[in-house]
Amino acid sequence: MSENTYKVPTMAEMAASGESPEILFWVGCAGSYDDRYKNVTKAFVKILNTVGVSFAVLGPEETCTGDPARRAGNEFLFQMQAVSNIQVMNGYNIKKVVTACPHCFNTIKNEYPALGGHYEVIHHSAFLQQLINEGRVKLKGGGEFKGRKITYHDSCYLGRANNIYEAPRQVLEALDAELVEMKRCRTKGFCCGAGGGQMFKDAEPGKKEVNVERTEEALSTGADTIAVACPFCMTMMSDGVKNKEKEGEVKVKDLAELIEEGLRG
Amino acid sequence: MEYLAQIVFILIVAVATYILVRRIRMIRKGILLGKDVKINDHKKDRWRNMLLIAFGQKKMFKRPIPAVLHLFLYGGFLIINIEVLEFVVDGFTGAHRAFTPYFGHVYPWMMNIFEFLAVAVLISCVIFLVRRNLLRVKRFHAYEMTQWPKLDANLILIIEITLMLAILTMNAADQHLQIRSPEHYPASGKLFFSSLLMPLFENMSTGSLIVVERTAWWFHIVGILGFAIYITYSKHLHIFMAFPNTYYSALSPQGQMKNMDAVTNEVNMMLGIQTEAVAAPPSEEIGRFGAKDVNDLTWKNLMDAYSCTECGRCTSECPANITGKLLSPRKIMMDTRDRAEEVVKNMGSGGKGLEDGKSLLHDYITKEEINACTSCQACVEACPVNINPLEIIYELKRYVAMEESGSPASWNSMFQNIETNFAPWKFAPTDRFNWANDLKAEKAEK
Repeated sequence: MSENTYKVPTMAEMAASGESPEILFWVGCAGSYDDRYKNVTKAFVKILNTVGVSFAVLGPEETCTGDPARRAGNEFLFQMQAVSNIQVMNGYNIKKVVTACPHCFNTIKNEYPALGGHYEVIHHSAFLQQLINEGRVKLKGGGEFKGRKITYHDSCYLGRANNIYEAPRQVLEALDAELVEMKRCRTKGFCCGAGGGQMFKDAEPGKKEVNVERTEEALSTGADTIAVACPFCMTMMSDGVKNKEKEGEVKVKDLAELIEEGLRG
Repeated sequence: MEYLAQIVFILIVAVATYILVRRIRMIRKGILLGKDVKINDHKKDRWRNMLLIAFGQKKMFKRPIPAVLHLFLYGGFLIINIEVLEFVVDGFTGAHRAFTPYFGHVYPWMMNIFEFLAVAVLISCVIFLVRRNLLRVKRFHAYEMTQWPKLDANLILIIEITLMLAILTMNAADQHLQIRSPEHYPASGKLFFSSLLMPLFENMSTGSLIVVERTAWWFHIVGILGFAIYITYSKHLHIFMAFPNTYYSALSPQGQMKNMDAVTNEVNMMLGIQTEAVAAPPSEEIGRFGAKDVNDLTWKNLMDAYSCTECGRCTSECPANITGKLLSPRKIMMDTRDRAEEVVKNMGSGGKGLEDGKSLLHDYITKEEINACTSCQACVEACPVNINPLEIIYELKRYVAMEESGSPASWNSMFQNIETNFAPWKFAPTDRFNWANDLKAEKAEK
């Protein structure tokens, strides 16, 4: 029965029925195509459904923000992407955007205004924190996380890029788990190695992979869960854990997945 | 003969000033090789940044031990300058300790504070020399820190140590002379630190004491003038540049990349979007896209380069550098300054300047270096004087991508994917929304 299934309305459907949602959920390319990160997208949509947030996605109308092209130097391609995305978003008169990708978040929030796209942009970590603070997300607290050690890996594009250090940590604290910090955290957070377009090429010659260095640090905290808030960090840290052959003991999870598990209790 | 010393002093000051002014002009010329950008918004925030970060040393305190040692050097430099003012007055007027009549009881206090700072500077410099040369702090031994940069760092510390020793020697000899001929040597009061050196000079004749005192005095004042000129060739220039550099540093979020308006005009035209910018006639010829050489960077990028004191905090936090890649953000800044100085020097001697067949990209900074950058901004965050190496890396990448089409092959594939599939990976755009299919079929939790 359609009553009991999850709803994923698109902006086009909403517009056709004369509705305008409170937020646009910007899914991002990793959230749409990456097998691992699709799970995060689904978890976040489940939370939105459960809480009853009025939202919509662009669906097939969404395209790459252009961030990887821009960071790799291709300003033309970036602006072509940005300008067409802005046309679509402005066409739907979008005011508020929530996204689970820090790179999309940074680009839409900080770089689209110069090209005519002015929106209130919220990263899903801050959005989840808001929902928890407002009491709209009620964690069942079945004790699944109690006493478990979680370490949080700062995404560069949330942290240093946009000064978001506390929201993801507060979300994790709501889980009642023990949050253990890596030595390099917050402003000194060590990159996963995927930013600046590195996700799409092999690393330059060196003596070590960046993600392995970071994973070793995360593992040394003794946490059984590495929490991330970025699709690229997710890939790099998961690969790192595999490289260290620890995938049996240590899980890499996005904040949305952890909260969604917490909702189910 | 009576005025000989004064004449010599005036001559030395005049020559030093002449050289200094010339050097400052060269540095100004180097910075102004960069493209013009207007940075004069939010003056209040800019003053605040300068006060907190340059004057208040805020970002230094991320590493407390060097921060405290550095604070002694910085405080010593600022406050001992009051004493140097007395030196200058004495030098011009032929007086000895010209400030004694005006400061009265405060004078010994002042002198003791100066001596305390001189000793603090001296000890800090010795510790810094040990740290730099014996303790093998990693950031001081990178591949860009050999030859001149290494010598420069040690010279600065050694010069500061000798200058401080000169003050203490002068004061010790002077205190003997105050006892032997009080009519010529006004009482400074007991000076704690230099009085510890007094036994060294006890058995000297008055004549020898005068020689020691005068030699130390001349050594100190000429040394300071010489050091001021030296600084203009050195990484030590940060003692001045830190102030304007923090004032003009970006106020926008660190993650924000600067928009290329020239590209926006073209993109709008291609997409048939009418804007005021398109309607307006093109104001000036469009230069290169991105940066190949120093003149493609902004004057602020070049000011950054002249402000760098090569401390290496950026490099020591760079994930690429830590994992053994060639990239070092500090080297990016050093190369930029070296290239700017080379161009200015070349132009000054009637050479070809920027047209000398060399360029910042390729001759100084290689693609391998910039391609290793993860744009994580750790370098920008780490810099105690708000230098932004990442902006230069971005500009060089832009040149490689847009003017040379020289990006790595896998980046070119990524570009192509975005162009044709609207995603950096090779997936069909029609599949973008497939993730929702199972979800729409899944039974929702209450």
